[in-house]
Amino acid sequence: MSNLLTNILRFVGLILLQVLVLNNIRLGGYINPFVYILFVMMLPFSLPGWLLLLSGFGTGLVMDLFMSTPGLHAGAGVFMAFMRPYVIELATGSKEPENVNMPSLSQMGLRWWFSYTSTLVLMHHFALFFLESFSFSQFGGTLMRILFSVMFSQIIILLLSFFFLQKQKR
Amino acid sequence: MYNLIRFLQKHNFVLLFVLLEIVSVIMLTRSHTYHRAAVSHTTNQIASRLYEINSSITAYYSLKNANDLLRTQNAELLARLAQMETSILPPDTLPGDVVFDFLPARVIKNTTHLRNNYIIINKGRRDGVAKDMGIIDPEGVVGIIISVSDRYASAMSLLHKYATLSVRFKNNDQIANLNWKGGDYRFGEVVDIPTHVILQKGDTIVTSGHSFVFPENLVVGTIEEFIQSERGNLNSARIRFAVDFNKVRNVYVVKNFHKEELNSLSKIKTNE
Repeated sequence: MSNLLTNILRFVGLILLQVLVLNNIRLGGYINPFVYILFVMMLPFSLPGWLLLLSGFGTGLVMDLFMSTPGLHAGAGVFMAFMRPYVIELATGSKEPENVNMPSLSQMGLRWWFSYTSTLVLMHHFALFFLESFSFSQFGGTLMRILFSVMFSQIIILLLSFFFLQKQKR
Repeated sequence: MYNLIRFLQKHNFVLLFVLLEIVSVIMLTRSHTYHRAAVSHTTNQIASRLYEINSSITAYYSLKNANDLLRTQNAELLARLAQMETSILPPDTLPGDVVFDFLPARVIKNTTHLRNNYIIINKGRRDGVAKDMGIIDPEGVVGIIISVSDRYASAMSLLHKYATLSVRFKNNDQIANLNWKGGDYRFGEVVDIPTHVILQKGDTIVTSGHSFVFPENLVVGTIEEFIQSERGNLNSARIRFAVDFNKVRNVYVVKNFHKEELNSLSKIKTNE
């Protein structure tokens, strides 16, 4: 039960952080960090597949509501949720690591957490930016945007993870 | 039948993914065409409220700039008023001839970094705002309203794939179209310039008034670079927008009282 509550709080917190703070940050004109996807990354390992996909879709849809981009974040969110089990399997060697209920920095260690988050952030941003421009015509420019946004998002995600790690230890 | 059910059970994860992805892409493509954007793009009340709270907080930081801008605009208007009062009105401008009305509004949400950017303002149906009205700020043209709710309205800014504006070069009265190709929000592109029209850097571009959305002669921007087509086709030019889209806050909604009448005459779809 408290697990559900934690996830709801994390969802609300991340959405507010994204909408009110991070969406106002634009480095160099068009680099926007997307950190709300941390919610989908930190859902429990045992979550059934359909619920994981719906969570990705729903989270994206809420973002779309705020950014007036119907379908854009929803599409990228579903893609990321779909890739999540494969990334976990690749990083861990099994679908559900033992004695651990959810992916986090404190439970999985820095190296695992870094490769896990950066892979998913890269996949999400890739889907997002190509869905947005809907073509491969400005390939170079889009690729640069993806690269810089990924770096920026990843830095903030790591900072947030360290912040919550400190809190858990106390 | 049994095999089908087993297939669905076995691959439910992949199938649900494909289904949701198709739903997303349909939503996305529907929102891309101009007219559908106006229909499916409903201005959400909760989102708007949240943005208004946020905007009222951050508004304090830019109060000084906003004041300066309003002051210069005031001075300009006062000067024009004085000029009008001293000059005798020509016989054909009767008071009943007012065609455009301007309704002040505040921007509560704005983006400039996306491929398709939208603006939400704090005036809606209640205040008389309707679809297809223009938005300007003291410096120039900003965008066009695409959907309204009771208290808010959402507009497509000029920084949008489907925002095309009919413009006129101030020094030779030629007409062309303005687009935005994405990227830097300070620069737009004027296309379809006839080959005999030669432009200089710094030339002013104004609205043509041909779409009936904006009044004539509103500043849109200045020429930054004139690009002559190598194949002898229509030329194009890179222009610097007069409006700094990144800081639009105080805007005016432009209402044309004669628009329906004019549109019924031309029956040409305006797509400004």
